[in-house]
Amino acid sequence: MNAEQSRKAIVLAAIWTTLVLVPYWMVPLGGYTALATRVLVLGLAAMSVNFLLGFTGVLSFGHAAYFGLGAYGAGLTLKFLALSTPLALVAGTLLGGLCGAILGTLIVRRRGVYFAMVTIAFGQVFYYIAFQWSSLTGGDDGLRGFSRQPIDFGLFKLDILSSANNFYFFVLFCFALVVGAMGFILRSPFGRTMIAIRENERRSRFLGIPVERHIWIAFTLSCFFMGFAGALYALVNNFADPRGLHYSQSGDFVMMAVMGGMRSFWGPLLGAAVFVVLQDYLSSITVNWMSFVGLLFVLVVLFFPRGLLGFIQRSKA
Amino acid sequence: MNVLEINNVTKRFGNLVAVRDVSLSVAKGELCAIIGPNGAGKTTFFNLISGFFPPTSGAIMFDGRDITKLSTHQRVTLGMARTFQITEIFPELTVFENVRIAAEVAGGYRLRPWINRSEQANIHARVEETLKLVSLETKTDRLVGELAHGDQRAAEIAMALALKPHLLLLDEPTAGMGDQETYHITQLIRRLHRDSNYTIVLIEHDMRVVFHLADRICVLDQGKMLAQGTPTEIAANETVQAAYLGNAA
Repeated sequence: MNAEQSRKAIVLAAIWTTLVLVPYWMVPLGGYTALATRVLVLGLAAMSVNFLLGFTGVLSFGHAAYFGLGAYGAGLTLKFLALSTPLALVAGTLLGGLCGAILGTLIVRRRGVYFAMVTIAFGQVFYYIAFQWSSLTGGDDGLRGFSRQPIDFGLFKLDILSSANNFYFFVLFCFALVVGAMGFILRSPFGRTMIAIRENERRSRFLGIPVERHIWIAFTLSCFFMGFAGALYALVNNFADPRGLHYSQSGDFVMMAVMGGMRSFWGPLLGAAVFVVLQDYLSSITVNWMSFVGLLFVLVVLFFPRGLLGFIQRSKA
Repeated sequence: MNVLEINNVTKRFGNLVAVRDVSLSVAKGELCAIIGPNGAGKTTFFNLISGFFPPTSGAIMFDGRDITKLSTHQRVTLGMARTFQITEIFPELTVFENVRIAAEVAGGYRLRPWINRSEQANIHARVEETLKLVSLETKTDRLVGELAHGDQRAAEIAMALALKPHLLLLDEPTAGMGDQETYHITQLIRRLHRDSNYTIVLIEHDMRVVFHLADRICVLDQGKMLAQGTPTEIAANETVQAAYLGNAA
């Protein structure tokens, strides 16, 4: 193992140790475990957006649609189909992912601003469906009347409803699975073609990579990850909100990714942590909390174009 | 057998005819240079061969197969590789990573979510061998974007070679280079042609390079094929001299 590899292993161990020990350090610092759960879920969503933005180089401004679809998929499953948390997660992931896969075939032909515009347009379609179809989705009030269920392991049941710590560890386990999958893909030959497309689309084409097909696969994978994050979010809140599908929510995810550092794998998680903690703290002081988050975003973009994590990594190097 | 066979290809952009009824055959192992004044249609002709856009009329055969309607990446998969007038590389990746992507795609791994140790070892060996061929073996860990222009060009050629092409298209390989770098790239192309027996078509402005390397020279002027022949024939051709060469040869 060379120095670079051992440094990476140490950083990775530090990140996971910090995450696993959250319930023990968060409370003494004045936080609460549920806040960390939100960071994990929104961080996972921001990392899914970044899978596309940071590693394939295409900006989707409508990814909240697949996040929201995941949330509604999970909520509707718990409310109408079966009282099963794993089934709700699977249903949410499939709903978000499959819708992404289908719409992706139309979206990937566009580039740059046009790509972003088309993603917004399709995203808004889902927002208005959720908003208007009150009988199924609860309309503007959101989908209520369901709650996450204990996980049945046969021998024992894991109570994730009343125990905030149990639920945090459950979400962390889910988070680890998906983040592991993302990392695995990014280190594979396919992941390297994604980076090739980000770096130089023309060169990629002239290396024999069918660029549109690869962007479609990356888009679809990112929608599945997004759907999964959305399903988890429905479990966090026991509620699915139509505003979770709105393009402003997509904007928040992009903001988290850019603020944290879109060229780094963990950057969006840091971005989400900053965003969620600031939101939690500032919104108790002022209703204009978003102005402060916005100001921070502008400062980061102006002075740390590689994001907070990019800045930290660079100043170490 | 001819590797490349172009029959009466024409490309129009609106009223402009960029390439007019051009035919060309390139035999296996041959090095064919395309020359002509600026705006003669050389790069458009290259774009037609590599599938950047389709011809208005005419047909292009590659290894005996009609590829006129195939997309760029399909042509690459069949064994055609190309470099550009302005170097097209992955600037934020290392030399090794640049060539590894090419080698993995050529190895058929581009959709694979994993790669096992022996496959990885093969790819690494292939990348190192290719980098040695273009004399970049000491710079494998450098970011390509930070290399000198000549080395970036060599890295781009290495990426093309890692695809194991049957045909190498080089668009002005010495463009923007000083004498020293031009010399190195010329020697490299010569080695690829003479020692490794690559079939090469290149566009070049520098007549010293062209006459030093080419088995055959094609002269394009205003989209038309003005003349084809060996370097000696072209140097002696009066029409070519009048149109383009002047006293350079």
